[in-house]
Amino acid sequence: MAFAHSEGVVGPKKTTQGVREYVMSHLREYGLLIALIVVMVFFQIVTDGTLLRAVNVTNLLLQNSYIVIMALGMLIVIVSGNIDLSVGSVMGFIGALAAVMMVQLDAPMLVTVVSCLIVGGFIGAAQGYWVAYWKIPSFIVTLAGMLVFRGLSLWLLEGQSVGPFPREFQVIANGFVPDIFPASWSASLASAFGERQVNILALVAGIASAALVFWMGHKQRARNRAYGIEDEPLSFFAARNFIVAAALIFITYKLSTFRGLPNVLITMGILTVIYTFITSSTVIGRRIYALGGNEKAAKLSGIKTERLTFLAFTNMGVLAAAAGLVFAARLNTATPKAGFALELDVIAAVFIGGASMSGGVGTIIGAVVGAFLMGVLNNGMSIMGIGIDYQQMIKGLVLLAAVVFDVYNKQKQG
Amino acid sequence: MRALLEMQSISKSFPGVKALDHVDLTVREGEIHAICGENGAGKSTLMKVLSGVYPAGTYEGEILYDGEPARFRDIRDSEEKGIIIIHQELALVPQLSIAENIFLGNERSSRGVVNWHETNRRTEELLAKVGLKEAPTTRVDNIGVGKQQLVEIAKALSKQVKLLILDEPTSALQENDSRKLLDLMLELKSQGVTCILISHKLGEVRYVADTITVIRDGSTVSTLDSANGVSEDRIVRDMVGRDMTQRFPEHDRKPGNVLLEVDGWNAWHPEHAERRVIRDVSFNVRAGEVVGIAGLVGSGRTELAMSIFGRSYGRNVSGSVRLRGKPIDVSSVDKAIEAGISYVTEDRKTLGLVLDETIRFNTTLANLKAVSAGGVLNRNEETRTAENYRDALAIRTPSVFQKTVNLSGGNQQKVVLAKWLYTAPEVLILDEPTRGIDVGAKYEIYSIINDLAEQGKGVVMISSEMPELIGMCDRIYVMNRGSLVGELPAADATQERIMSLMVNE
Repeated sequence: MAFAHSEGVVGPKKTTQGVREYVMSHLREYGLLIALIVVMVFFQIVTDGTLLRAVNVTNLLLQNSYIVIMALGMLIVIVSGNIDLSVGSVMGFIGALAAVMMVQLDAPMLVTVVSCLIVGGFIGAAQGYWVAYWKIPSFIVTLAGMLVFRGLSLWLLEGQSVGPFPREFQVIANGFVPDIFPASWSASLASAFGERQVNILALVAGIASAALVFWMGHKQRARNRAYGIEDEPLSFFAARNFIVAAALIFITYKLSTFRGLPNVLITMGILTVIYTFITSSTVIGRRIYALGGNEKAAKLSGIKTERLTFLAFTNMGVLAAAAGLVFAARLNTATPKAGFALELDVIAAVFIGGASMSGGVGTIIGAVVGAFLMGVLNNGMSIMGIGIDYQQMIKGLVLLAAVVFDVYNKQKQG
Repeated sequence: MRALLEMQSISKSFPGVKALDHVDLTVREGEIHAICGENGAGKSTLMKVLSGVYPAGTYEGEILYDGEPARFRDIRDSEEKGIIIIHQELALVPQLSIAENIFLGNERSSRGVVNWHETNRRTEELLAKVGLKEAPTTRVDNIGVGKQQLVEIAKALSKQVKLLILDEPTSALQENDSRKLLDLMLELKSQGVTCILISHKLGEVRYVADTITVIRDGSTVSTLDSANGVSEDRIVRDMVGRDMTQRFPEHDRKPGNVLLEVDGWNAWHPEHAERRVIRDVSFNVRAGEVVGIAGLVGSGRTELAMSIFGRSYGRNVSGSVRLRGKPIDVSSVDKAIEAGISYVTEDRKTLGLVLDETIRFNTTLANLKAVSAGGVLNRNEETRTAENYRDALAIRTPSVFQKTVNLSGGNQQKVVLAKWLYTAPEVLILDEPTRGIDVGAKYEIYSIINDLAEQGKGVVMISSEMPELIGMCDRIYVMNRGSLVGELPAADATQERIMSLMVNE
């Protein structure tokens, strides 16, 4: 071109980043991880080690599984620039539907599960239709949905609790993956560790996933370097991956000394991986971020924004149904109150995980960590015997703090 | 005349960049002082230092105002001293009336109860001063941008302004509205108000300014006395730091066959279905040709382009579009892109870019198919693509992972262009492609347009700047109230002829 240096880049020039600068620009991601660790260490100490006991770790995972499953869908809805207030009610309604089908009508489990997921999809689609094609604010549509489906579950259950579920259904939430290794191996390992039992499959799965985290991190880092993208100082890269890997192994070790890998953990893990992939590596994921980031520009780039919004809500409906099944299976009964106010926990998890109210920003992994942060807070405070009154207040303040932290960070960069 | 304002050796740094480097500025009482410079030269930063947006202590240097050292803590502080700044983006509340806007934060009231009689009476006085014939109770969103600009000035006058700073006041205005505004500035000057005018438009700077200060790369380059007659070339040379013998790159085009034909095109207003905004428009573009569309704001140029581009405008649209003689389907944006048409919006910030995302994200957004297989993105390919365009279009950035919000206007415009070039269009419709970008970047955009024509693409260029149309186009269509009212070969086009077609009732 004819003229050089007619315009420069406004804003900080990035050459070789110092460690300090790197931390400042990635404060949010590290902050979340550090917050989770700090909260865990804190409760581990004040509960005299109860928090990280094998049985409690298992419990934590089971207790929060349905929040995590819904947070995956909620993240997409929020990134697309919307919100879904109906998920708690939908979850309760699906649980009720499953109970009526299986307990009262003796429908086979597979039929029940599949039809519940389909009904969930329809519920999401019905709400998404108004939001996407009629441009009715999602807050209002899903507020209506929240009331409608709360009422529908009451009607369906006739105000009663319905249960118990057949054993095969309960396994969805309360079952564990049996060990595939010979019992003699696990017996010798158990005596070596000084535990009562060790589920080798769980341990192997933990070590394998830790290795996978390292390997994928390494690949990503190599790729970033090849393209000269800002990269993490080696010490941070190593420390972060070490902490994640150690945590994975630690948790699976704890699980292995109790009853092994919960079925729900497998479900949750697979879903998290799938949704991480969708949001970060697929065309549809990219388009959802564009839609939330600037709807008009997305539209003028040939993106069918209405259809994307519609799909985001449909997907949310399916995941709310899945969560409803897990929840019902875990409680072993469907109650009219199931899922009450749970939408708020789900939404809080997504915002704690760094998503932006205005759309276009947020990650799956952030939402999952956000959900567990809330879960550990709940669990830890319950063990300590803190009343529900204080628990609510503390959770509220944590949510506020996380979002204030986000906004403050953004302004500082501004 | 004594100096009302002396800014001495002002320096201001942001992390990684020195925005201002020992800038000096002296404004005499009662003059109109223009500040010229390219985008990113530091004009707005200097004004933010002056008005207290960057409070005393966050910059180096001294400000003497009215003979005394001034250390403003915030805007309120500087406003109390009579320094009032009117920003490029208007700061009016559209849903409130003119009177409510003028006295916003400064209400005529006693004990918290607004005195509407007094408010409206004072507003009438102020509106008369700025020559705006509107009722004080008219809502601001019911009047045009030009009149809103006058409301801003009336608001400034309500605060006993001594030093009025106008930041690119005419960038959104039509020729005639701009003229009115400039005349108002001269009128205010005769009443003793001192003005600082920040503008890209050298014609208007020469029209009103007594003194011109040119800033480049955060430093004062020259202070010119306008009374002695300063040539535009001289100002441009100081602004860009080099001789600018040519505003437009040379081109030698030989347009080929007709590429795009639009026939009998009509579009109706999206909300008022009975209002026909585009009336029976027919035009064509040849391969390797640059065709201009001139017209006032509101004449329907953007509406024409957007209604052709996948019905992005208008509830009802009728007419036919042919490419190389074959009818094409442009009923949705993705079909229009598929057919080979691209539209580069006039409003890159709200319609063109996802600002919080990276250059890479924006570059591939309209053609993700090309960087994916089976719906899965190939991010390496994306990076390569973005880097290729960065090099080809000279987008000045250390990395394609820079967020577009951090880029200057010219570089943002290039990213938008890159996005549309990557869809491999045959016809590009460029809507005000050089709005709000500086002289050097404009020249680069012109060069890109010439390259495109050379590659045999058809280019439609919508512009409010007539010299640009005359300098760049092979043919110029003129739009007036939704219809095409004239077609001029560039050789016969003069600003006067275009203007008379544009405004002909």
